[in-house]
Amino acid sequence: MTARERIAGNVAGYVDDRTGAAKWMKKNLTKVFPDHWSFLLGEICLYSFVILLLSGTFLTFWFDPSQREVIYDGGYQPLSGLKMSAAYASTLHISFEVRGGLLMRQIHHWAALIFMVGIVVHLLRVYFTGAFRKPREFNWIIGVGLLTLGIVEGFLGYSLPDDLLSGTGIRIAEAIIQALPLVGSYIAFFAFGGAFPGEAFIPRIYTVHVLLLPGIFLALITVHLMLVWYQKHTQFPGPGRTEKNVVGYPLMPVYMAKAGGFFFIVFGVTAFLGAVASINPIWLYGPYTPGQISAGSQPDWYMGWLDGLVRMAPPLETHAFGHTISWNILIPGLILPGIMFTGLALYPFIESWATGDKREHHLLDRPRNAPNRTAIGAMALTFTLVGLINGGNDIIATTFHLTINQMMWFSRIGIIVLPPIAFVITKRLCLSLQRADRDLVLHGRETGRLVRMPNGEFTEIHEPISPEKAWLLTSHEQIAPLELAELDEAGVRRPSAIKNKIRNRISRATAVAVPKASETERRELEEHH
Amino acid sequence: MKRLSRLRRHRAAAPLLLVFALFTIGTTFQVASAVNSEPTTVADRSATVEEGRQIFLKGCSSCHGINAEGGGIAPSLIGVGAASVDFQVGTGRMPMADMSVQAMRKTPLYNPEEVNALAMYVATLAPGPAIPGDEVLNYERDGSVADGGELFRTNCAMCHNFAAQGGALTQGKYAPTLMGVEPKHIYEALITGPQSMPVFSDKTITPAEKLSIIKWIKAAEAEPQLGGVALGRVGPVTEGLLVWTLGIGLLIGVAVWLAMKAR
Repeated sequence: MTARERIAGNVAGYVDDRTGAAKWMKKNLTKVFPDHWSFLLGEICLYSFVILLLSGTFLTFWFDPSQREVIYDGGYQPLSGLKMSAAYASTLHISFEVRGGLLMRQIHHWAALIFMVGIVVHLLRVYFTGAFRKPREFNWIIGVGLLTLGIVEGFLGYSLPDDLLSGTGIRIAEAIIQALPLVGSYIAFFAFGGAFPGEAFIPRIYTVHVLLLPGIFLALITVHLMLVWYQKHTQFPGPGRTEKNVVGYPLMPVYMAKAGGFFFIVFGVTAFLGAVASINPIWLYGPYTPGQISAGSQPDWYMGWLDGLVRMAPPLETHAFGHTISWNILIPGLILPGIMFTGLALYPFIESWATGDKREHHLLDRPRNAPNRTAIGAMALTFTLVGLINGGNDIIATTFHLTINQMMWFSRIGIIVLPPIAFVITKRLCLSLQRADRDLVLHGRETGRLVRMPNGEFTEIHEPISPEKAWLLTSHEQIAPLELAELDEAGVRRPSAIKNKIRNRISRATAVAVPKASETERRELEEHH
Repeated sequence: MKRLSRLRRHRAAAPLLLVFALFTIGTTFQVASAVNSEPTTVADRSATVEEGRQIFLKGCSSCHGINAEGGGIAPSLIGVGAASVDFQVGTGRMPMADMSVQAMRKTPLYNPEEVNALAMYVATLAPGPAIPGDEVLNYERDGSVADGGELFRTNCAMCHNFAAQGGALTQGKYAPTLMGVEPKHIYEALITGPQSMPVFSDKTITPAEKLSIIKWIKAAEAEPQLGGVALGRVGPVTEGLLVWTLGIGLLIGVAVWLAMKAR
């Protein structure tokens, strides 16, 4: 034992005597994680959250969350001498006078966009591979919670500088609050401490943005990761991988190095964007006053689809008993998002209800092997995408020489017609891919080599695929549809007959599949050749 | 008294008076219209107007009518003034390339002298807003950038966007970008209200305020790309596009690379 090892051992022993950490560390540092690039998508969110905390803390040193009126006398000449809020003036100060301030602001904003993009791509990976199934339903709900809170947190963040664009966003938020039947006006007055814009809102959302929501985020992210730790990570099917094991590399040293390195790369990409690409140039927007608005006022992309839904809503209002119900705001602003997020959160339960599958799953599905789920995902994505496109309708119209009316009608019709079409096409595609898998297993790989037989016939040589690949293409299980009885033994309709009938029908739709190649089929074909 | 009445009835009196009246009116007009310094004599001026009329007959009359009285597809130009012609023809909007919803800015078909001749011809049809001279357009001296920005955001940004990059209007109409537009043309657009744009009379926005707006637009044009590539200055749409392409593209690329190395 060298002197250095002895010193290290002494230090470790000293700590272990007082904390008992060695046993826990030994167990957990050797924990195995499976390896796939898509398992790193969640890490993008985690790391950008850390970047958000660091850069955000820097910004709080100079940001003044106050709507107190000041006269600008800073370095940016085009705004010199204008009346503005202290919040806006201090953001200008951060941008132009604080050393590194603009870079930090831009890193903070790009990190926020990457955080939300990361959440969405991570969610898509988890959804399309079926990683949300038992026992991970709670973690799925926490994830949906993080997505929803992320949208709110981002909105509050870009509302804070009190520039013309953010003020416009707050104005729209106020309109959505007011659209709540009966209580809307009261809640709006409560939130703004009086009439819009007032002087209370920015200090309030500042507290929520820097204290309340980050705290909730920290708690939820911790639980999210602890559950991953406790339940172990899912893995893609493959030789040697079962529902009972995890095949991969240990946390120490492989994943420590990989994850640590990935953190710096995420930080690097964010800093790169912050350094080369302007984001939210608030000095161009000008200070907020309710009398002004700019053409092409858009929210950040994660709110864009909601804005797009509001933009395409036809002007429907009901006047009754002295109240106005603005359906044009209420439906796209509150009801539709409510349905979307509730459906998203409940999806694991809906699927297990439809398939009747209550077992644990640690092996992931290939999206093609769950056609119904994949098609529902494609449908929801199409819906959101049409909303997002309409959110930028004016920018798209001027860029591509379209009319804003064409954009609006495309979206109004598309939001209803395109999602079902996406569902059908995706489901067909999945089944075709299953059929291709089946052909590959039974007939082998097409080599492209054509051979002329003695009798003059041309045939293409097929090579059998490797056993590993064949196993991969046939290892998934195909769940039979539910057959819940509608009649009891005596032939009398059960009380739950209608419910069972509906469930059977949904289950049949869910279980549609091309029968995978069985071992006997394969052997028969081999003998035949 | 007798002498005066005799002189009044002199044979030469009427022609002399006529010459005197013509001289007075001509001189007064010359002095009054000195801002438009181009043609220095009456003869020059009428020659220019005639040249303008010829250009009008060849290039414009098929839509606007032989006497600029307008028709089914084009408005009457009587009373639109020289400023309107200078804006529409000087920015290449007129003659239109096709009958689309809106004439777009393009390379002018006529050179500045021809544009001026056209403008002067149309101005003879009926009084209207004149082309602002260089003395009027001294925005560097008479304008204020900060005031101009405030006026721009209040009156212009709702169509032309916060950084004067332009924006969409209904039915395919649009507010064009104001980048690279001559100060004279901005001023003319303000006083004549071309296409979908409202007229901002001197009562709504005073000449000094107009100059402030022009000064701000010129400052926005020269605005350095603070904080990196400006991404078109159209708001968060391009930012979202960049994060969904370059941003997540780079990160997924790295993730694939990280997972690949372990094999």
